[in-house]
Amino acid sequence: MDLKLDHHTEDRLTIVEVEGEIDVYTAPRLRELLIDLVNKGNFHLLVNMEKVDFLDSTGLGVLVGGLKRVRAHDGSLELVCTQERILKIFRITGLTKVFGIYASVEEAKEAHGRDK
Amino acid sequence: MATVELTFSALPAHVRTARLVATAIARRTGVAEELLDEVRLAVGEACSRAVEAHRVHCPGEPIRIELCDESGRFEVTVTDSAPSDDLEQAYMEEDGAPTPVNGTALASLLPADTLMSGFGIAVIAALADDVEVYPSAKGLRIRMSWPAATTGFATA
Repeated sequence: MDLKLDHHTEDRLTIVEVEGEIDVYTAPRLRELLIDLVNKGNFHLLVNMEKVDFLDSTGLGVLVGGLKRVRAHDGSLELVCTQERILKIFRITGLTKVFGIYASVEEAKEAHGRDK
Repeated sequence: MATVELTFSALPAHVRTARLVATAIARRTGVAEELLDEVRLAVGEACSRAVEAHRVHCPGEPIRIELCDESGRFEVTVTDSAPSDDLEQAYMEEDGAPTPVNGTALASLLPADTLMSGFGIAVIAALADDVEVYPSAKGLRIRMSWPAATTGFATA
């Protein structure tokens, strides 16, 4: 499956919907979207990974790059993910300590609201 | 021992094909269902690393994957043609013979400018049951394996 990307903003939080496979072929598209969002002043990003079938270290690199960009503006990049196959690579690489990972968009929005 | 060989041009789009082929053959070889995601990710990491290395050093050269069943194990070897002289030098024995190195150790010792390459190898080391990395001036070879049913794909 190819990569499908969509996004919308709710109360200063930009939710990025990702569907499909994030690998060396498709990751540049996600990178471009994250860069574009940051360049347009969206500094609080929530990436919904619930429909991601595959994620490799190239994709992780893109997410880490996005996190660095938003942090430069005191922003945040957090994730929604409950799939064990995707969470595993975050655990292997220790990135569960770097990203806020939520079980649902609603849960992430509540946490974002509390932090504001 | 039955072997399937696949060569592909160093294009990112082909990495997905390599993952699919490896996963399909792993399943047919008898690798447990719960390990198939690990095979898919590890082979994808090895092929992605090879594609990136070829794009820098030798974009016209193909990347080779060998998949075989041997002694109850499913073994995958990904071979690229991009020089890995620095890695080879770091892992030469005193007598000058190159030695296979453990993936985790290799990743932890890689210089900072090869972080993403080492990151991929570190992921492979965490996923595969057994990993060996053979750096050389002619390219890098990553061999990884998982337990499989003894029937193998030769008789399936």
